[in-house]
Amino acid sequence: MNYPEKIREQAEAILVRYPEGRERSALLPLLHLVQSHDGYVSEDGIAFCAEVLGITKAQVQAVSTFYTMYKREPAGDWLVSVCTNTLCQAKGGQKVFDALSDELDVGHDETTVDGKITLEHAECLAACDYAPVVTVNYEFYDDMDEAKALDLVRELKEGRRPVPSRGAPLCTLREISVQLAGFEEERPAGLEGNAQGEATLAGARLAAEAGITAPAFDPDAPLLADDGAVKQPEEAK
Amino acid sequence: MSVTVPGPRRPREAVLDKLKPVITKRWLSPGAWRLEVYEQLDGYKALRKALKYSQADLIAFMKESGHRGRGGAGFPVGMKWQFVPDDGQDHYLVVNADEGEPGTCKDLPLMMNDPHAVIEGIIIASYAIKASRAYVYVRGEAIHAARRLRNAVREAKEAGYLGKDILGSGFDLEVVIHSGAGAYICGEETALLDSLEGKRGQPRLRPPFPATHGLYNKPTCINNVGTIAAVPHIVLGGAEWWKSLGSENAAGTMIYSLSGRVKRPGQYECSLGTTLRELIELAGGMQEGHELRYFTPGGSSTPMLSADSIDVPLDFDNVAKAGSILGTTAVMVFSDQDCPVVACWRWIKFYAHESCGKCTPCREGNYWMVRVYERILSGRGQMGDLNLLESACKNLLGRSFCGLGDGATSCVTSSLKFFRQDYLDYIEGHKTPLFDAEKIGAH
Repeated sequence: MNYPEKIREQAEAILVRYPEGRERSALLPLLHLVQSHDGYVSEDGIAFCAEVLGITKAQVQAVSTFYTMYKREPAGDWLVSVCTNTLCQAKGGQKVFDALSDELDVGHDETTVDGKITLEHAECLAACDYAPVVTVNYEFYDDMDEAKALDLVRELKEGRRPVPSRGAPLCTLREISVQLAGFEEERPAGLEGNAQGEATLAGARLAAEAGITAPAFDPDAPLLADDGAVKQPEEAK
Repeated sequence: MSVTVPGPRRPREAVLDKLKPVITKRWLSPGAWRLEVYEQLDGYKALRKALKYSQADLIAFMKESGHRGRGGAGFPVGMKWQFVPDDGQDHYLVVNADEGEPGTCKDLPLMMNDPHAVIEGIIIASYAIKASRAYVYVRGEAIHAARRLRNAVREAKEAGYLGKDILGSGFDLEVVIHSGAGAYICGEETALLDSLEGKRGQPRLRPPFPATHGLYNKPTCINNVGTIAAVPHIVLGGAEWWKSLGSENAAGTMIYSLSGRVKRPGQYECSLGTTLRELIELAGGMQEGHELRYFTPGGSSTPMLSADSIDVPLDFDNVAKAGSILGTTAVMVFSDQDCPVVACWRWIKFYAHESCGKCTPCREGNYWMVRVYERILSGRGQMGDLNLLESACKNLLGRSFCGLGDGATSCVTSSLKFFRQDYLDYIEGHKTPLFDAEKIGAH
């Protein structure tokens, strides 16, 4: 178990987020952390988590195998997830998956020969208003079709990092795993990443264009009227 | 029956009036996720106001507002807060941000575009239930949401809205943004608690309920992230104002997430009780060449309704009367070109994949239903298969450990009720099989 000092320091920083005596809460972030080092949850990673938390390797493995984001085999730098749940499928998600599967010559949860790209079909990614959706390392590429999705992975293959429709500029799966472990985004451009797609704003924009606003209110009005008598705020504490 | 809904370029005035931008309003401001912009847009005013009241008064106010949970079950929020005993133990607020119900897509844009509203709501709710620690359990895949929430926590802490002695009130609060790792079941509140404790996300037996025995066996209030983000608005606007935004028996606004065969899918925040006909009109009408055939009022776990229900007000009570559940108001719109059998097959595959395996009805029932669907869709279905599906659903509904198993039956039983002939078409050979039976091993 040769984890560098930085990983050990990060593990300590994760533990203190939870109350004393409740450190096991750190297990999910710790698994993301070892994945940030190894690119998957390795035997060493399991042993490391067990050691840090003082639990058995079996206990760690029982957890790591329960969650789909923990990869059991080395994953590529780019995890391409295609939603094929009902709504995305109806709008072409399965065709997108099949096209990528052909292009990359891999199936679900498999990694290309060069080790760069892992393909998976995903369950609902909570972006049904942009169906069909694809994510790369969990950043959104909205309103996909086969041609757009093929362009996307070809760019990845060529070493470029296409800009997502919503989310931060791409970083590798290992880098994103550090954020999944609960550490803050260090790139200002990451925080700036777009979150305002057309569908997200559809209702709010329609209302704004029609000049519709919610009824006005008096923000200083007391919260409660008790027996007809208005209850005044308590005196400053 | 199917219905063609005309799509005027601009919806009629009466329909436009259903729009009530409250929770979604700040989404239009590009920098609202930053503290300085949020503060210019009424940010943290509600917190200052709330801290002037006693905890009991805040809870009474929340009950008075009629605010109900936005995570699917619609439980009265004030009552939930009141259930947390005032007993001097450690208390926790846990925010459920594990959005993953198929069709549901309103919490991610909320967290990405207005994270401080979530944090402000958390501080007010934590103060009301006397919690000094709050956890936001964010779906792992929602990385941009977690990123902006973490930034919001840091900004709020630096400004004195979090940490020790918040705004001089003597109230302390720490907020931790905890990313999950990909498991739909963790949206079930007790599975979420187990997951947050570093275990497999499997639901717990109730009673005892989380209000008294929740996170670390301590009193815990679990609220959906949309429920929490509405709190600052309600505190500022007042109970009567919030009630006036909805309809009779249904206070407030609701973000209807329209997806599928409409011209402009998206998030439409309207009065609770808006109808599908009105929503489709707001979304520019049906997609060219598509006629409405069926829809889910609130995600895949809510029974589908046919086009006949186009004028049902989509609120808690009226949707229940129509035979479904309001759920998360994830309105998935399907047309005459979307085979309901295929739709259900894909949903059941989802439930089979996401079943945690703890209880037999859900683990086995979903696994076998997938096989029955694949037999039907590969043209090898038998007449008895429909009874088999119905019988599987009877063994799942009410007999599963948690709501996941119940939810799985919704699409099967409702589609068999409305679209039995679609199933028969595959069985009787009127419809081309979707798969090659040999290839998928159906028999």
